[in-house]
Amino acid sequence: MIQVENLTKTFGQFTAVKGISFQVQQGEIFAFLGPNGAGKTTTIKMLTTLLRPTAGTILLDGFNPLVQQKEARQRFGIVFQDPSLDNEQTAYENMVLHGVLYHVPGKIRTQRIEELMKTFELWEKRNDYVKTFSGGMRRRLEIARGFLHTPKILFLDEPTLGLDPQSRNQLWAHVKRINEAENTTVFLTTHYMDEADRVADRIAIIDHGAIVAQGTSAELKAQTETDSLEGAFLALTGTSLREDGADSKDQMRQFARVWRR
Amino acid sequence: MGVIYILWLRELKRYVRSRVQIVASLGQPALYLLALGFGFGPVFARAGGGSYLQFMAPGVIGMTVLFSSVFSGIAMLFDRQFGFLKETLVAPVSRLQIMVGRTLGGATVAIIQGCLILIICLIAGFRPAHWIAIPVAFLFVIMIAIVFAAMGTALGSVIQDMQGFQLVMNFLVLPIFFLSGALYPLSNLPRVLTWITHGDPLAYGVDGLRGVLIGTWHFSFAMDMLLLSILAVAFLGTGAYLFSRIEL
Repeated sequence: MIQVENLTKTFGQFTAVKGISFQVQQGEIFAFLGPNGAGKTTTIKMLTTLLRPTAGTILLDGFNPLVQQKEARQRFGIVFQDPSLDNEQTAYENMVLHGVLYHVPGKIRTQRIEELMKTFELWEKRNDYVKTFSGGMRRRLEIARGFLHTPKILFLDEPTLGLDPQSRNQLWAHVKRINEAENTTVFLTTHYMDEADRVADRIAIIDHGAIVAQGTSAELKAQTETDSLEGAFLALTGTSLREDGADSKDQMRQFARVWRR
Repeated sequence: MGVIYILWLRELKRYVRSRVQIVASLGQPALYLLALGFGFGPVFARAGGGSYLQFMAPGVIGMTVLFSSVFSGIAMLFDRQFGFLKETLVAPVSRLQIMVGRTLGGATVAIIQGCLILIICLIAGFRPAHWIAIPVAFLFVIMIAIVFAAMGTALGSVIQDMQGFQLVMNFLVLPIFFLSGALYPLSNLPRVLTWITHGDPLAYGVDGLRGVLIGTWHFSFAMDMLLLSILAVAFLGTGAYLFSRIEL
């Protein structure tokens, strides 16, 4: 379903992603793990047509997202690391807007919105503004929205960041249910190793822009002779801390928070 | 078509729902109208210019449409920061459709604002030459809204942060307003100021409004309309190009 060959991205002198290759089969849940700044989000951005790769090829369900952009975009859904909802509209309106953007015909749209909002336990709150939602509810809404156009692939970039264990468990349960019901391929990144261990069929670990290991959780543990995925992760990526510089975007986010109160 | 409509509708909903903002954004032009309109009135009349309120009301309408439409474009900055822009940019629709939907939405909001301030002008005592002039003036309101909403979209595509926003407001939008002849007649100005004012897009919009509403022209109907149309096409093109190049 996802085929990546020699994918590379450089920003000036800095190489964020260094010729990575991997494949994800249909219906598989694939976890992409790595320390901060390892190249996870850059990879997702390239897979989802937001960044142009410097070199290498990508195929999503047989489509090259560079050339057949529309076809590729129709086939995936994405939940970004940062929220991407319209706070000034209701949950239901956000769903409708997404449905229109992805050309979901009216009748199916109405039916599927109801179905998904019930699955993700948001139906009762459908007429509330998103700005009144808690972090967990926003995440659920974003994921429900990502499934709306029946994508073949769903990208989840750190979807559980900042959620309490209850919300995290519930969220993965919902994702798993739809993954099984609709055979949707799921590509996820997370910093919670226990989640990846529990949810993912296969795991790739990326560090400094290169994939250092991939396989099932059991294979990774065997390879590194550790008894937990966290142990395997640390064995593969080392224990040094990564610098993650604050850029103008972070400053802006702070400013925006003050603005909106 | 559905895509353009739903994005247009979004801009409109945002506007209608933020009632505080509607009042706030009408406050400034109303203040100009009342404080300057009545304040400068006696001086203007003594200088032989007639009623200052009559003179400046079309300028204030132009100003309202200018601020409202540019701001709606630059508000893209917030969509960028709150992430909603990404949601539209990864959707399987062309950037052009997104840009057109947003820009038309912003223009529509600006047109509504312009109409509201016209009503305030009428309440304050402004009287057009003919009542038939109002629908014709509406045409100019539409043109000003489209020109500057497109300019706002172009700017919003380039600006990344709040500093850029301040820069645009102080060094572009305010000069466009002050040099448009909204507050003073464009005739008999120093030569340099004449050149600058003739290069100001809003000058043609304000002149059109004033000409239609009270019959005082600096340029002419044909010239105003022609220049605004050319500018609309140019800014829409630039906006579409810059919007299509946004990378996140």
